[in-house]
Parts: sequence; structure tokens; C-alpha cells
Amino acid sequence: MPGVTRLSVRNIRKSFGTHEVLRGISLDAQDGDVISLLGASGSGKSTFLRCINLLETATDGDIFVDGEQIRMVHKNGRSHPASQKQVDHIRSELGMVFQSFNLWSHMTILENIIEGPMHVLKRPKAECIAEAEALLEKVGIAGKRDAYPAHLSGGQQQRVAIARALAMKPKVMLFDEPTSALDPELVGEVLRVMRALAEEGMTMLVVTHEMSFARNVSNRVVFMKEGLVESSGAPEDMFGSGASPAFRQFIGNFGNGQ
Amino acid sequence: MDFAFLFSSMATLLAAVPTTLILFSLSVLCGGLLGLLIVTMRVSGNPVLRNFAKGYIFVFRGSPLMIQMFLVFYGLGQFGFIRYSFLWPFLREPMVCAILSLALCTAGYSAEIFRSGIRAVSPKEIEAGRAIGMSGFLLVRRIIAPIAFRHALPAYSTEIVLMMKSTALASLVTVWEVTGVAQRLISQTYRTMEVFLCAAVIYLVLNFIILQAMALLEYSLSRHRRPAPSAA
Repeated sequence: MPGVTRLSVRNIRKSFGTHEVLRGISLDAQDGDVISLLGASGSGKSTFLRCINLLETATDGDIFVDGEQIRMVHKNGRSHPASQKQVDHIRSELGMVFQSFNLWSHMTILENIIEGPMHVLKRPKAECIAEAEALLEKVGIAGKRDAYPAHLSGGQQQRVAIARALAMKPKVMLFDEPTSALDPELVGEVLRVMRALAEEGMTMLVVTHEMSFARNVSNRVVFMKEGLVESSGAPEDMFGSGASPAFRQFIGNFGNGQ
Repeated sequence: MDFAFLFSSMATLLAAVPTTLILFSLSVLCGGLLGLLIVTMRVSGNPVLRNFAKGYIFVFRGSPLMIQMFLVFYGLGQFGFIRYSFLWPFLREPMVCAILSLALCTAGYSAEIFRSGIRAVSPKEIEAGRAIGMSGFLLVRRIIAPIAFRHALPAYSTEIVLMMKSTALASLVTVWEVTGVAQRLISQTYRTMEVFLCAAVIYLVLNFIILQAMALLEYSLSRHRRPAPSAA
């Protein structure tokens, strides 16, 4: 459903002690948007992503997922979610892919994928397994369903992590530097899966250093600097003549964006 | 060597094995459950519960089990509210006192062993659980506890073996388990060597079985740490 706002973030602020990491960030993602968040290390892009599914609690600001606002209460100068139940529900609608995969090491690949659907969504096991097998097929590791995470390469583990997130049928997928922990030759296989997802119309928010992904797959690029959105726009503008001097300098460090 | 005497001693001691096994299994079971409760308090955010658990662990790890057992067996009856309570018919039984003090003691050690297991759970795996919509008891049951238990298992095996040996102390509060029966036999026959040798063999065999069982459990729970089967 194009035109539906899947994610809306209003004026998010986040401080760690006296250090303000996010200084008021707003962002909207329509259905099917693929947004790349770029920025130097320390610009707050990962913190921003983690605030959206409340792995970090924003100091201030509003978050709407598929129109539902995350209710917050302010107590003793700190902000807390009003309802853990709502937080759990919101998180189940946001697929998160971590930089270092974070697969459950004691579970097989199949068990990793059916864990959420079975125990969070409480769906029947047979159904979950059938879907998990289809997902494994989709990310190209169907033969590994009974292996354990430690038996897989980094690229394979990350593809399992993507399948695990997809098994929850999320409204939005959040990627936190999904290829940064991978050997260069394994980056491609993960990016291919992400590109296929984008082409299917999945709404995605991707913190990345992969300029080729930002440029060729995403339909919007957001450049963060010192806790603020420095500039944003379509990739053709951002990587073309419309780039701000700061973004131009940033991508200069990546060899002109390639 | 007097084999006839060895065999008859062994037969006498074997008759006491069920008592030792009851002492062992009930105290490990109750102590393990109590240990879970204590470790839950120990890692909770509540400072009152946390400090109570710290105090509990300090007291039961820091004093000799034998003294704890004497305090339970001889001490509790001195309090009128216990002596005249509905619990007294149970608490005056030596067996109950022995199981109670063994359980109270192992709960302190078990709690610390469980805590070390919990601390070894990767925060990243917990975070993955949260990110998928888990919290509270579901997160503990599905993610934290299974991983923590695997980490704690080797140390917990040791604690269980120590408990098997600690049941010998129950003889001091007149429970006729293997060691108690052995001492009675010695006082009747003055043949220390043979009788204690038989007792030692019994404990060795029991612990051998326990350790084998624990090793099997550990093996079956650690498939993820072994090399992948070549077919995969």
C-alpha cells in the first residue's frame, strides 16, 4: 500500500549523561521506502535506529509505527515507555538486523527463525516451520536448517538474521550496519538479499557504509552529522550536484561514493 | 584379607544407600529450586531483595555446613514459636533437619553458580530477544535461562558431587546413611580399614554415575559448540 506511513519519528533527542547524541531528528518512511542513513562514526545513526525499537530510550520525541504512537511517561526527568506490552508489540512489528548478527548460539538455524513466530506471535509450529523453510530458501541457505550459527560464515549468519527478522512479518525492517562485521568477499551476498527485499517493496531503514547500496538501492539518503540530519534527499541528488559540502566531504572519504 | 567380612560390611552399608540417595536427591532438588529463587533476587533491580540474597549467600557459604546442621537440629527446638508450631512434628525429625540444612547450604552455592551462568549470557543474544518482542519471563525462559544453564553446568556438576559427599554429615545428626552406618559398624567391630574402604567405594560409584549423567547432559546440550557434521 504505497502512501501509507509505516514509520514516523518526530524530533527524537537522546542524551547519554551530559552528552547529547541525538539533537532532534525527524523522519518519515512511507510503505516501500528504502532509506539509507549515512554518517561518520559517532554521528548518532545507530543510536537513532536503536531508539526506534526502544533498545535505547529516547530522552524526548515521538515515535509512530504504522500509525500507533509509542506511549511514554516522564518520571524523575527521565523518559520511560508507559507499557512494556506495547513495547513488545511494537518491537514484534519492527524487524531488527544487527551488525554482529546476534543469532541465538544454542539454537539451530531453523529454531532461530521459528522462535519469534512461535513464542512471541504464538503461531502453530508446523506453519512456522513451513514459512521458515521458505525464508531460508529465499536468503539462499536452505541446506543449513539444522546447522548451528557457529557452523556458518558471517555472511550466512547475517542472512539467517534477516530471515529471522522477516519471519515476524514486520512492517518495517531496521538494519544496523548489516555488512560492517563481514569480510569484504561476504558483503555482496548480504546486499543481494537486501536488494531483493527492497525490490519486493519492504520498508527499510538501513544504517550503512555501503555507498553503492545507498546510491543504487535506496530511494532516500539521510546524512547525519553530530546528532542532526545534515541533509537528505533522493540518491541521484545527494550523490550528484545537489550534495551539501559536508556530505560531499564525507563521501570523498569513500572514494567518491564507490 | 577377610573377604567374608568385606562382603558382609558391604551388604550392611548398601542397605543404607537408599537413605543417602533420599538425602541427596531431596536436598539437591530443594536446594536447586531455592537457589533459583535466591539468584532471581540477587540479579533483580530491587536493592532490598538483592542485599538479602547477598547476605544469604554470604552466611551459607561462609560458615561450615556441619555447624549449620547442628544449629538446625539442636537449635531450632529452643525457639518456642517453632517448638509449638505445626512444623515441629517435621522439624524434630533428623532426616528433615539434615535435608533442610543441606538444601539451605547448597542453595547459596547454586545461586552463585547460576549467577555466573547468567553473567556469561551474551548481551547481544538478549538484545536479539528483546528486538523480536520478548520481555520478562518469556525472555528468561526462552533465551537467558537455556544459555545460562549451559554455562553453569560444569560448575554445577561439581556442586552436585560435593552434595553427595556432604550427605555424610547427616550421620552427625543421627541419620543412618552410609557413613553413619559405617561408623556404627566400626564401633562394633573395630575394623576401620575394611568398613571405610567399602563406604568409599560406594561414594565413588554413586559419584561416578552422577558425573557420567552430568557429562551426558552437558554433551547433549553442547551440539552448537561441536564441529558441524560433515553432511551439513
